[in-house]
Amino acid sequence: MTTKKRTMVTKDMANKKLFTVREFDAPREKVWEYWTKSSLLDLWWAPKPWKAMTKSMDFREGGLWFYCMAGPEGEQHCARLDYLTIDPGNSFTAQDSFCDEAGNKNADFSDVHWANRFYTTPTGTRVEVEMTFKDEADIAKILEMGFEGGFTMAHGNLDELLAK
Amino acid sequence: MRRDVFQAIADPTRREIISLIAHQSLTPNLVADKFNMSRQAISKHMQILTECGLLTLNIQGREYYYSIQPKKLNEVYEWLEPLRELWDKRFNQLDQLLENKTTPKNQKL
Repeated sequence: MTTKKRTMVTKDMANKKLFTVREFDAPREKVWEYWTKSSLLDLWWAPKPWKAMTKSMDFREGGLWFYCMAGPEGEQHCARLDYLTIDPGNSFTAQDSFCDEAGNKNADFSDVHWANRFYTTPTGTRVEVEMTFKDEADIAKILEMGFEGGFTMAHGNLDELLAK
Repeated sequence: MRRDVFQAIADPTRREIISLIAHQSLTPNLVADKFNMSRQAISKHMQILTECGLLTLNIQGREYYYSIQPKKLNEVYEWLEPLRELWDKRFNQLDQLLENKTTPKNQKL
């Protein structure tokens, strides 16, 4: 029986950074696969009832993951993660941006820089996601988008999975 | 248009107005004097801030004063919660997959 772990988010407004930290009861190699293989990312990246669908994936420095998240009412948000540096099994950095269905970046949103680090712990893996924004207003915009997407609405998802 | 704290803080001028009025209540003219912008533009921003619930308009004698709504302002500092929830949902889904030992074998890695 696994206890539900807490996702910690802290902010550093002076440097326009948000840090997310989470522990997993699984080996680092396995967690890394789930973060870097599109067939696996599609299974968990979108908060239900949204569904992530990969359009293309090229996990290498200079490559990108292009995907769309489809909502229950047929609405769709597309995004791309342009990979900058990759240290296999340990970390990767990327530029995250919203884009249209052809993969063209949406000029209304500036890129968010991501640094994802994976550490082995006594019980599994700790993942740290460091997001750096160009402007505080970008954080507000992204949150607003999240609200529109209804990301915060369905809390019952975990219970539903556990009940299966 | 949405009227909430996120709408309020999405604009840099509005963020400046918030920090000005957070220090002390001010009349619309005193606020407008601080900006190199038309009074109408500032007035529009103050109206949006009022509609978003961050400012209230008080009448003292013949003067109108804008003051901050501290409780509403607090929501700005709690803006991280939705993001935490998004990541939390994501990660709970990942947990379920990591626990399911059959998934990796079925996937072409």
